[in-house]
Amino acid sequence: MTAIQILIDGFAISALYALGATGFTLIFGVSGVLNLSHGALMVTAAVVAWAASSELGLGAYAGAAVGVAVCTLLTLATYGLVVKPIDRSRAIPPEEKEIFILTGTLLWGIMIQEFIAYLFTSNAKTVRPIVEGVVVIAGVRTPWNQIFTAVICWGTIALLWVLVNRTRTGKVVLAASMNPRGVTLLGFELSRIYVAIWLIYGVLAGIAGVLLGQFLGVSSYSVGPLTASAFSIVVLGGLGSVSGSLIAAYVVGYLETLTAYLISPAYRTIPSLLLLVAVMYVRPQGLLGRR
Amino acid sequence: MRKLAPAATRRLVRALLASTVLIGSHAVTSTVQAADPIRIAVIAEAQALAGASIPQAAQLAADEINAKGGIDGRKVELVTYDNKSSAADSVRAFQRAASEDKVHAVIASYISEVVLALQPWSARLKMPFITPGAASNEIPLNVHKDYARNKYSFHGYLTSKAQSQAVCDAAKAILVEGRQMKTAVIMSEDAAWTKPLDEGYKECLPKVGLKVLDHIRFSPSTTDFNPIFSRIEGAKPDVIVTGISHVGVQPTVQWRSQQVPIPMIGIASQATNATFWKETNGATEGVLFEMFAAPGTNVTPKTAPFAEAFKAKYGNYPSYAGYTAYDEVYYITDAVRRAGSTDPDKLVEALEKTDWEGTLGRIQFYGREDDFTHSIKYGPGLVSGMMMQWQDGKQLAVWPPQVANGKITFPSFVKAGTAAN
Repeated sequence: MTAIQILIDGFAISALYALGATGFTLIFGVSGVLNLSHGALMVTAAVVAWAASSELGLGAYAGAAVGVAVCTLLTLATYGLVVKPIDRSRAIPPEEKEIFILTGTLLWGIMIQEFIAYLFTSNAKTVRPIVEGVVVIAGVRTPWNQIFTAVICWGTIALLWVLVNRTRTGKVVLAASMNPRGVTLLGFELSRIYVAIWLIYGVLAGIAGVLLGQFLGVSSYSVGPLTASAFSIVVLGGLGSVSGSLIAAYVVGYLETLTAYLISPAYRTIPSLLLLVAVMYVRPQGLLGRR
Repeated sequence: MRKLAPAATRRLVRALLASTVLIGSHAVTSTVQAADPIRIAVIAEAQALAGASIPQAAQLAADEINAKGGIDGRKVELVTYDNKSSAADSVRAFQRAASEDKVHAVIASYISEVVLALQPWSARLKMPFITPGAASNEIPLNVHKDYARNKYSFHGYLTSKAQSQAVCDAAKAILVEGRQMKTAVIMSEDAAWTKPLDEGYKECLPKVGLKVLDHIRFSPSTTDFNPIFSRIEGAKPDVIVTGISHVGVQPTVQWRSQQVPIPMIGIASQATNATFWKETNGATEGVLFEMFAAPGTNVTPKTAPFAEAFKAKYGNYPSYAGYTAYDEVYYITDAVRRAGSTDPDKLVEALEKTDWEGTLGRIQFYGREDDFTHSIKYGPGLVSGMMMQWQDGKQLAVWPPQVANGKITFPSFVKAGTAAN
């Protein structure tokens, strides 16, 4: 009974972690950018979806769509206003650009966080769930919303896989992540590939944010923990490796759920953080890292 | 934005006005000595819902007092500071209030950690200081331990210990006697304020007839409450007794989506906010939570009129700390009147003799001999609290009978004992 419960609960939260981390690792893999405003983008999606469906009365579907759309626009703005200018700047020496982008996206995230707190206060908001009610699976009462969350997460990840492996744009993106210079020599505009990849990232972060808002509720305080969670999953899985991140998300999700069930909910996050430290010692490139 | 922006504008305007008044008053200091205003600093968390009500409610009280001619001809003047929920910012504001803005008393913060950081400054600067919302037992215990030093700080809200007692008193009447319940699980967030609360629960729940089957403390950063509720269900209690403040939306939403058949009762600070229904999309239906004053209740004849006046002025009902902050401005200025002076020692002496009917109840402070020195007294006829329940978008008082404006009821998925009537 408990075993089935752990399986079900762990699966849903892990799927959510996986989707949240996928876009984050994709951006790093292709353009080498660690976007520390990641959590702020997810929170924006959730809070906007909440405001659109509950405050403006647009309903669950339209609210979720508005949330994802605003998050995507904000993600493109992150690229256009923060990452790209630093990347193009002649005043910043090339070897310092990475640290400038880290700092820039971190500050950008804080700005978004404070702006959300100013507009909507720091209280948590729940996005209106698209499906409600519960279903009994093998004796375990499971909310439909939990199943819905897992299905949408995996559906989105599957679509991403098809996009990357089966379409021309996807193949170019994949090639760019392997060898940016080679792609340029083949006549592809690298800057357009970057815009495409940030667009995909925005949609992924938006969907993950809205789902998290339905599942749990988020506030401006969630910004830091969300960035940290994506960061540690991606480091555990291997920076830039999408499949590594998926595996790591499940390792972290199940480890947390097991801890909450079998030890104590107060220690939920501790074992996965210890694991992260251990992996850093033994295998610094992460589970499936390439760098 | 609708809520905060006007307040921010008002704060700015007020600050500008205050500085103008200051500049003006410097020129004529010697001539208007008798009509010097009583200056009170308000340091609060302007971005948090609970904190935003503090300066607003205090301003409402000051405006009312001034409209009636002030205290012995002296106007009440507030100087407000946003502490951004930070202890360091609060300490800077406190120092500034004392040294530059020359206030006579400080009302500050609903966060225990912040209040405990300010307490030594109140002692050092001999500045009468009161919190409208922090709960930690340590605040009054510090006064008790070193009275000569810490006597300047007052605790204008109930301690965690008193709050656990209030929950137990209500649970006894409505759950044990009302619905034949016998067992409970305590579920609280892992934070400083819940330690004495949980101790209080463990002590008083068995006394009122609820056996404690399990005690779960969870990390405030928990991302999935399903395991917690499953574990609670496994223990088969009749009721979940809560201690939550930093989180609130998250466990409530998952309680509902997982359709946990056990009712929740206890301290749930976020549930006291009027916006909680919207923030949880109605998941809070049936949740029982303790409050000491609320709109539409007659805790005292002052409670409902204050809540309505606040709403008329600011567009929303006050948070719990709004009621206390409003009362505090009244009884601080009343103490100034009784002391006939703003001298800190005389003011402390007068505050200790406070006997004021506020929005929360009858306010008196525990004395030097009591453990919780300078904390407001809990009990029937003083401040005694009510059990509230969210029903169809509204917060209704369901206990005690003399203030109740609703009847207890639960959503269909909750199995809530057998009604005794």
